[in-house]
Amino acid sequence: MTQNFKGRDIISIRDLSKQDILTILDVAKKLEDKPMPNLMKEKIMATLFFEPSTRTRLSFVSAMERLGGKVLGFENTEVTSVKKGETTWDTIKMIEQYADIIVQRHPIEGAARLAAEASSIPVINGGDGANQHPTQTLLDLYTIKKEKGKLDNLNIGFVGDLKYGRTVHSLCIAMSHFRTKLYFIAPDALQMPKSYLEDLDKKGIPYVIEKDLLKAAKDLDVIYMTRIQKERFPDPVEYNKLKGVYQIDKSLLNHTKKDVKILHPLPRVDEIKKELDDTENAAYFRQAGNGIPVRQAIIALVTGMI
Amino acid sequence: MAKEKLTKEIKIPAIKNGTVIDHIPSRVTLKIIRLVDPQEFEHTISLALNLKSKKIGKKGVIKLSNRFLTKEEVSKVGILAPEATVSIIKDYKIKEKIHVKVSDMIEKIVKCSNPNCITNIEKVKTRFNIVTEHPLKIRCAYCERTMSRDDIKLN
Repeated sequence: MTQNFKGRDIISIRDLSKQDILTILDVAKKLEDKPMPNLMKEKIMATLFFEPSTRTRLSFVSAMERLGGKVLGFENTEVTSVKKGETTWDTIKMIEQYADIIVQRHPIEGAARLAAEASSIPVINGGDGANQHPTQTLLDLYTIKKEKGKLDNLNIGFVGDLKYGRTVHSLCIAMSHFRTKLYFIAPDALQMPKSYLEDLDKKGIPYVIEKDLLKAAKDLDVIYMTRIQKERFPDPVEYNKLKGVYQIDKSLLNHTKKDVKILHPLPRVDEIKKELDDTENAAYFRQAGNGIPVRQAIIALVTGMI
Repeated sequence: MAKEKLTKEIKIPAIKNGTVIDHIPSRVTLKIIRLVDPQEFEHTISLALNLKSKKIGKKGVIKLSNRFLTKEEVSKVGILAPEATVSIIKDYKIKEKIHVKVSDMIEKIVKCSNPNCITNIEKVKTRFNIVTEHPLKIRCAYCERTMSRDDIKLN
């Protein structure tokens, strides 16, 4: 099964079948249980960060270095030829000579697909504008599987900014491979875009649209929190009215299942109170840590080293 | 029925040679006529809007004298009006009737509606996958923006 991955690009969660996803999660588990510090020895990963993203970049660098590989790259187009007007295509044609795998972060949507078309070595999308960030989705899935022991028969609640939240959209697509029920908990102005709901209808995945987190809380196995940005609201009065509803603290746990797990793609601002951090329910820091084995699995699979 | 047919014929005279595009939903008829660049075109173009149609409610018809559509233009008609028929007329007779349809993959001819899509920023040939045919929904292969027929702009 792992042979299917050699030479592949990881650009969008839509490109991955259910089996692909399960293979990646399986390899990640093996690498977490039994680290392979020499697996990527003599291999080089190029990290092309056309916009800064410290956490994503450090997670990829850590993943590669813990597999014994080397990393080169940049995190600022000010120092590259892009500033001089070089196209994405040309940048990639040059970088592919220097490395065995490329991780790219780019502010323009679709730049990752273009890079993959230009490149003869595997490209991993580390985020392209508001479009895709597939490794985040895979680490979200890995976290759910690890925390709940399964991906089927779960009630997953997405909370906050569901309209603009890239991580929510991708995770929603990925979860539709499994037998789940999804709860979309947000104010009307920030609800899930219709196109995603239509996709769920087509696949026969049940979902609930809800404004009030407390009403849905008792059903949920996983709460996936996201940040609500003030600037998304056309009316600041509306924002002030609603912001408290989507901020959670320990009192929420009086309304939930005892073993509910709380995830968040981070960074958080004030939507999860710090007092929740030391509860068993808070899975968000473990979730960030899960980025390492998941990214290791992807690196090892697409380079054909595992 | 016969009376209605007669009225239609009076409104849109038959052409000797050229192309008839029929069964166009009225709201996209003007978009389709732009495909042939009417200002630059020297022969007659006849156009009728809001004709009664059993199939699609209100339809438009376009008749182009001495003008035949390229394969690319037929594809564009297919994207804007998959219900349409394109007939090639020679000597007042229908020589060929093409039922246009949307192909699985649309290349080059459609512009992505997302201003932050790489295809609108660098010189990249656009490419779209069909999400659903009825109603038509297409997804940009690059930025993954989904567009319905009303959002579609042709290149």
